[in-house]
Order: sequence, then structure tokens, then C-alpha cells
Amino acid sequence: MFMFEKAVAGSRRYWLWIGALVLVLAIGFACYLRQLADGLMITGLSRDVTWGLYIAQFTFFVGVAASAVMVVLPYYLHNFKAFAKITILGEFLAIAAVVMCMLFIFVDMGQPTRVLNVLLYPTPHSMMFWDMISLGGYLTLNACIALVTLRAEREGAAPPRWIKPVILLSIPWAVSIHTVTAFLYSGLPGRPLWLTAILAPRFLASAFASGPALLILLCLLLGRLTGFSPGREAIQKLAIIVTYATVISVFFVLMEFFTAFYSQIPEHTESLRYMFFGLDGHARLAPWMWTSLLLAAASLVLLLAPRYRHNEKLLAVACGMVFFSLWIDKGIGLIVAAFVPSPLGAVSEYTPTLPELLIVVAIWAVGSLILTVLYKIALSVREGQMFSAAPPAGVKVLL
Amino acid sequence: MTISRQAFLRLSGFSFVVAVARKAIGAGARARWGMAVDAAKCLKRENCTKCIAACHQEHNVPSIPDRAHEVRWLWKEPFDHALAGQVDEYSALRAVPAMLLCNHCENPPCVRVCPTQATWKREDGIVAMDWHRCIGCRYCMAACPYGSRSFNFMDPRPYIHNANAQFPTRTKGVVEKCTFCSERLAVGRPPACVEACPEKALTFGNLNDPQSPLRQLLQARQHMRRRPELGTGPDVFYIA
Repeated sequence: MFMFEKAVAGSRRYWLWIGALVLVLAIGFACYLRQLADGLMITGLSRDVTWGLYIAQFTFFVGVAASAVMVVLPYYLHNFKAFAKITILGEFLAIAAVVMCMLFIFVDMGQPTRVLNVLLYPTPHSMMFWDMISLGGYLTLNACIALVTLRAEREGAAPPRWIKPVILLSIPWAVSIHTVTAFLYSGLPGRPLWLTAILAPRFLASAFASGPALLILLCLLLGRLTGFSPGREAIQKLAIIVTYATVISVFFVLMEFFTAFYSQIPEHTESLRYMFFGLDGHARLAPWMWTSLLLAAASLVLLLAPRYRHNEKLLAVACGMVFFSLWIDKGIGLIVAAFVPSPLGAVSEYTPTLPELLIVVAIWAVGSLILTVLYKIALSVREGQMFSAAPPAGVKVLL
Repeated sequence: MTISRQAFLRLSGFSFVVAVARKAIGAGARARWGMAVDAAKCLKRENCTKCIAACHQEHNVPSIPDRAHEVRWLWKEPFDHALAGQVDEYSALRAVPAMLLCNHCENPPCVRVCPTQATWKREDGIVAMDWHRCIGCRYCMAACPYGSRSFNFMDPRPYIHNANAQFPTRTKGVVEKCTFCSERLAVGRPPACVEACPEKALTFGNLNDPQSPLRQLLQARQHMRRRPELGTGPDVFYIA
């Protein structure tokens, strides 16, 4: 079954890591059982701020999932050989991220046992229906592509021809998952922070910055732990993708600021003011948002100067900054702040509770677990085959 | 069973005519329920909450003391919050309380976003809910520009004092809101809040009937709706 035997043979360190993740998962699961018994009252959510960390983290990780297209597209569409070793890592990252997204949605449900009602009563006019379709489809596509290409690699053969159209389909599909996720928010009449046509482009830009930044960090980490070498060219190419995407992402944020604060329409400025300066003396998000802004600015200094970007240590620091900056921006701020002020002008603040945080951390642990196992399989399959030799046959150029 | 082509065509044509006729007659005769809130009458008894009490008692709405987890179908809010942007700082209406409830919008965003059709628009204009189908995703709460929806963050039953056995209680994890008393309308009674108001400040009626007291009132008096610029078409009117 899917070369799973590769995942159960590992070093002591590997098993310790797996054990630690399972422990974190178990703690979070216990908290979830409490949420199941007591309801969402155990979270920091309220009647004014009805979506919090769960939905915000879902939004962020859809971006990480979609960003796989940044390695898939150059490799398969443009035959960019330098990505040969890391394309599978990008696809596996997407699989782990999509599973996390589904879990984040699931733990947010008030009546999780009824969640299949979404499929039982399909409702095309609800964006949530399309989100479920697009996420499920993306998971299937990536699992299928990764499995087939990796298996072919193990056999030392070229992948079957039918996989080409599937790979081609996965490219627009990646864009669609994050577009649909933005549509969840940007079509709501009463939430001015989200009611902006630039939300989907902004989501994509921040996704293509944070996802490849994480991939660079993961590649460097794998290099340290296993001796895997993605190749300098691959890392530097990813770094350029991160640089452009971060610049565009910051540019989009500034555009939001201009429209709101130059027009001075109160309802368009209120949520932004709450995020960065506070409203009616409530400013719990402000330190986070300023951290995000400063990290983005600092990372741009490191990324834009080739001298710093070419230094792998500084590049790692910059990628960490980009990832954390956008994690705050999309994984907390953008979702929570849209609920402040409420439609009746009330300023209610949201702080996640400890059980809520532990559930979130447990979902990260699930993602890390999936990623660890999948990367273990990928690296084991390629051991001896690839680290010494030239890139595998791969799928031939598509265009 | 066999059917000749001629019989089939005749039957199809006949069904089509019947369907069109039903739709045409139905559109004319159908009610579209709406409500008008007369602020001046309501203000006569400043501390009166009889409508809220009647509504919440009738529908087993829990009294949860914690404001963050509160459930409410009908509540009071000053005009400058309820109709922000429509009453300016010099208006005498600013601090006057307005009764807020679900607006039973003509074009409800909550219905548009609900992924399971657990909330839908009835032919008589009421935005109804199926509490057994709701998955508790709270998308409708993000979509409602009026804050009219409440979520059961916990089991509401311990917070219901002397429950009404004629009406269902809800479970934790579902969204709820005003139903315009569809269960009372079905037996020809007006909504509980309308009946309970000692000043007759709430006028309920059929917006499709030009002769209805509601239409007459709206024709005679200046009125406002909450956030009309959003295109939701609220069916609750505020008379200043």
C-alpha cells in the first residue's frame, strides 16, 4: 500500500519525533472531546466574533496547499529541471495542508455529525459547497499525481501518459482552491473588511509567498537531517518566487489601506483601524499586526538584496519572517478583524482559549505527521537512486 | 402502461397550462409578511420589555447571562446603532430604542450562503430555519449584516425557565433566530410580540395587500429600513 513500508523503518530520532507528534495530537484530541461535549463555548468565540482561529488557520493553510503550484508549474509546464527533486515535496506539502484545512473546518462545526449534509443537500449558491468540492478535488489530484509519479520513479520507468492531463488540471485547480476560499469572504454584504475584489488576488499572492517560504525551510531542514540536497539552483529559484510574491502581497495590502483611508468611508476604515490602532480602547490585535508588518518589511530587505538572498542562512531567516508575518496576517488578523466592530457597532474582542489553542496545535501535529511520513517515503524511495544520480526520467515536457 | 404520443402531448400541454396558471394566481394571492415598528409608541413605556418576554417565552429562547453567548430573537438597541448612518448626531432619535429582529429580507444573504439549505426563504417571505439540518458552520452569521442570528455555544436547555411544550427547544451547535411566528401565522394568529405590545407599537401584515393596515401605515408615515443600500430588502420598517 503506497510504499508505506518505507515509513515504518526509521531511526530512533524519527520515532521520537513521531511519538512527540502523537502526544500533541492526543492532548488536542482530548480537548476536542470536551468541545464535543460542551459545545463551542469552550473557545474564545462569541456572538459578535463568530469565526476565530479555526477558520483563520484554515484560510492560511489553503494558501500553503495552493502554493504547490509554484513548483508544479515550472517543473511540468516549463520543464524546469532544477525542481525535479522538490516537486514531490511540494505536492506532499499540499496534501498535508489540505488535510489540515479539512480538519480546521471540521472542528469549527457546531454539529460535526451533520457535516455530510453539505453533500446530501448540495447547494451551488453557497461558496462553502464549492470550497468542499475544490478542496476534496485538490487532495485527490495531488495524492494521485504524487503516488503515480513516485511509484514510476521507484520502478525506474517513465510515469504513464494519462497522468499528464491530471497534472495539467492540478495547476488551475490550485488557483481555484484559494480563489474559492477568498470568495467565502469577499461576497458578504455586511463585512466591509472582506468586501474587496482584491481579496482573492491578495490571498494568492500571500499564498505564493508563505508556501514556497515554508518549502525552502523544509528543504533546508531535510538537508540537515538526512543529507538530502535539493540543489542550490532550486532553492534560489524558490527564493525569487518568495521575493516577488511577498512584494506583490505587501503592495496589495497597501492598496487596501489607500482605498480605505483616502476615501475615509467609516465602515471601510474601522476594521483596519481596529487591527493596527484599536477601536474604543480595544487593541488586542495591534501588537500582532505590527509584528506582521515589521517582519514583512524586514524580510523584504533580506530578500530583495541578492547578497543576502544568496546566503542560505539569511535566506532561511527571511523565509521564517515571511511565513510568520503572513501567518499572523491571514491566520489571525484578516478573519478576526472583519467581525470588529459588529453590525451593531459593538467592539468585542476575541482571544482564543487554551483548549482552542491545543486543538489548533494538534491539527498542526496531524499536518506534521502526514508530512513526515510522506517525506520519509519520498526520500527512502529516492535513496541511492537519486541523491547521487541525475534527476529521474520524470514526466516529459508538456509544452 | 403504454401511452400514445397524442395523449402524452395533450397531458404535457395541460400540465404546463395548470402550472403557469397556478404560479400566476399564486403570485397575486400570496402574502409577503412584514412589520412596522413605531418608535414613538414604543418610547411611551421606556422600560417595557413585554414583546421580548412574550417572544422568548413562546419560543424557548434561553436566558444566558453571559453576553458573549447570548441568544436573542428580539431585542432593543438605540437608533444610532440600529440604523447607523440614517440618524445623525443632531437627531432626537439617537437614543430612542428600536426593536430589532430578523428582517426577513427579500434577498437574504444568510440564505445565499447556507451550505445545506437549513435556512431558506418561504413563499410568504419568511426566512425559515431547519434546526435539524443546520451544521453550525455560522456562515449565515458572518453573512447577516444585521446581527440578527444567534448561535448555541452551549446546551440551551438548562437556561430555559418554564419551557413551552408546544414549541421545540434547540440543541447546542445550531444557529437560531426570529421566525416571524410562522407557527402562529399557520393558525391565523399574529406574532407573539405584536400581541404582547401594550401600546400596539408593532404592526404586522401583508406587504402584498395594498389595503392591509401595514401598507396603509407605511403610506402615511415616514419610515426607514436597516441598511437598505446593501440590497437585502428588509421587510421590517422603522417609523420615526
